Amino acid sequence: MYLFRAVLAFAMQSYKDNVNYDVSNIVVCDETVRVSFWFVVTTPGNTSELLPKEEVENAIKKFRNRINSAFLLTDQTLDFVGISPTLAAPVHYDNPPWLIVFGVVMGLVCAGIVAMLISTFLQKARSKKASADSADEEDRSGTIAGNGIHCERIGERDGIYNRGFADDDRFTKL
Amino acid sequence: MGWSTRLKMPNPGLDQRILSHAQLERLEVEEAGERPKWDNKAQYMLTCVGFCVGLGNVWRFPYLCQSHGGGAFMIPFLILLVLEGIPLLHLEFAIGQRLRKGSMGVWRSINPYMLGVGIASMCVSLLVSLYYNTIIAWVLWYFFNSFQDPLPWSQCPVNANRTGLEWECESSSPVDYFWYRKTLNTTTVIDESGGLQWWMVLCLISAWAVLYVCCIRGIETTGKAVYVTSTLPYVVLTIFLIRGLTLKGSISGVKFLFTPDLNELANPATWLDAGAQVFYSFSLAFGGLISFSSYNSVFNNCEQDAVIISIINAFTSVFAATVIYTIIGFRATQRYDDCLAGNILTLLNTFDIEEGNITESNYDWTLSTLNTTYPEIFSSLQLKTCNLNTFLSEGVEGTGLAFIVFTEAITKMPLAPLWSVLFFVMLFCLGLSSMFGNIEGVLVPLQDLKVFPKSWSKETISGVTCVVCCCIGLIFVQGSGNYWLALFDNFAGSIPLLITGFCEMVGVVYVYGIDRFNEDLVFMIGHKPNIFWQATWRVISPLIMLVIFLFYFVTTMSKELFYITWDPQSDKFPTLEQKPYPTWVYVIIFLLAGVPSLAVPGAAVFTAIRKRCCSTAGGAEMTSSSQEKALPL
Repeated sequence: MYLFRAVLAFAMQSYKDNVNYDVSNIVVCDETVRVSFWFVVTTPGNTSELLPKEEVENAIKKFRNRINSAFLLTDQTLDFVGISPTLAAPVHYDNPPWLIVFGVVMGLVCAGIVAMLISTFLQKARSKKASADSADEEDRSGTIAGNGIHCERIGERDGIYNRGFADDDRFTKL
Repeated sequence: MGWSTRLKMPNPGLDQRILSHAQLERLEVEEAGERPKWDNKAQYMLTCVGFCVGLGNVWRFPYLCQSHGGGAFMIPFLILLVLEGIPLLHLEFAIGQRLRKGSMGVWRSINPYMLGVGIASMCVSLLVSLYYNTIIAWVLWYFFNSFQDPLPWSQCPVNANRTGLEWECESSSPVDYFWYRKTLNTTTVIDESGGLQWWMVLCLISAWAVLYVCCIRGIETTGKAVYVTSTLPYVVLTIFLIRGLTLKGSISGVKFLFTPDLNELANPATWLDAGAQVFYSFSLAFGGLISFSSYNSVFNNCEQDAVIISIINAFTSVFAATVIYTIIGFRATQRYDDCLAGNILTLLNTFDIEEGNITESNYDWTLSTLNTTYPEIFSSLQLKTCNLNTFLSEGVEGTGLAFIVFTEAITKMPLAPLWSVLFFVMLFCLGLSSMFGNIEGVLVPLQDLKVFPKSWSKETISGVTCVVCCCIGLIFVQGSGNYWLALFDNFAGSIPLLITGFCEMVGVVYVYGIDRFNEDLVFMIGHKPNIFWQATWRVISPLIMLVIFLFYFVTTMSKELFYITWDPQSDKFPTLEQKPYPTWVYVIIFLLAGVPSLAVPGAAVFTAIRKRCCSTAGGAEMTSSSQEKALPL
């Protein structure tokens, strides 16, 4: 209770610059078991003159944080009846975070689409080239040997030369 | 059952339209043909599981379970799963695997007059794709907004002159406000369009872009994507289960969900809802499952697949319901505690009682004592009644569950952004894997109908489809978009599907012929399907579908149609207000439900007319062209 009166005196003193308030200026009455009570603030000079409610309310609003921290309480746990807590400023983002995540996701997706399309395009180009190459090969090998055996030709390119059949020529003599 | 074979409808020319067993065997051995194939069995199973397991398992089944007698709901659900779901699933798998075509091609092969069934499937798949991807866009919006602490839906924003909280938010709740104002920016009636909401347009574009990148080359890319989208939901559900069980009040939620009330079994609505849930949950009659199984090898055991996927689907429904209700139990307990604490504080302050004298245990006793001692003061207090069961039975389903109830529960958990990210990733994967099936049910029939020129590649076709669907989907991101979505969900995705499902069964059993179908199954899986399959395919499943369809049709036609709106000006705010639909909406309803349904008989009539007028002129050409189709390679 003493702490409360002291903190409140401090609040009144800071609110009104040139007037010195003392603990005795805060009068508390009607304490209950519930830890709730009424208090009034008297002017330092004249103990029978009470300060108007609005001034006390304004002082408390201004120094609410100090009063709360003195008791390690919050706006929810320390309630001044009739004084609603001023709301904290809303968190304001310059770039809403959702746009950032959206940008990341869309970037990945677009990269994926482009990669797929390019790979399809490359595959098509490669298969066209391969079919053009095999067509050339057939034309060229057709002009060389009369009997049409062109195993060596194939071995030179990208085929695997199967020696199994080639050796038979030496052995089979009928 | 001899009488069934006599019930077979005449179907001339069937052999010319389909591949014979010998041709199929040759196709299999030589591995020729341009049809895409699954890389392995796992991809196929994961894709089908992903298609079947969707958002409905998470937000429709738990609500049905809880509102229809908890644990007792399992009985009609499991019975109808076995009698309706598994036979239809097996039928779709088998017919797709046998005829090796998408839904349009399958019905054209079975009988040209049944082409309407394929068209109906395609229309329904298209309409459902349009609005389903909007739900995914909403999930993405919440996902994007989950990367901040505190979460934007955990507190009300301050009003313009910083004197208090925003009025709309204060009178409802931060989660309601975030959903209806910040996400949807909803109008009060469906007539008011409210304009396009730019942030939702961006989310819609990203949803379609992600779908495009996964479907760009058909099952080649989809098959890789399902490794993640089909397995991640199970991982997240397990994490949530473990987290949920450690929260206070979760057990009361699970108990509430599964407490059986056997009286509900006498209520026909329970059985109807169970039947409808089984049917929609399996994504039957969309045509996507037929497509997926047509990419399989001919000798794949589709019977086993159908049973396994059904079991997985049922298990996932129950598992997801448990997880959801642990979190709902936690939320209800939190609300109950808050309500009680608020009341206790009021009592303490009014009667100046010492702190700690009134607790949860002596609350009721204290209440009655104070009421008798100070009745006048007491009645002026207006204490809220706190009942845990009321909070638990605030049974919400659909978007309300995911975006309002669950998000509120998440804000009360420590490390809320993490849980929020996990939850929305799970919803995203569930929705995306279902979209794969929907899009398959749209793309393959479009290719079969030869809508696109032959020179266009797969990538271009899927790209054009996605862009067109995205543009049409802009209806759902305007101010009244939520109402349009509810309209589409209620009418496009319900009655036409039931009709198509019924026609599928009748078509395969009686037009294709159950004897021929049995022989095909002997060829494919090695043994004739036993008496269970025969009984369900021929009689039981079509009968169940017919009953469900008739009931749905009668209940929809008989009552006046309402929709629920968010109207800050209404008296009952924040309770959603019911308003009747304006007259022009009935035209839209007819288009949504009627056009696909009427396509079934309409196509038959159209084919008959075309045959009649072309029979004299091109008769010879038609027979020779059908001969060509029968010989592949």
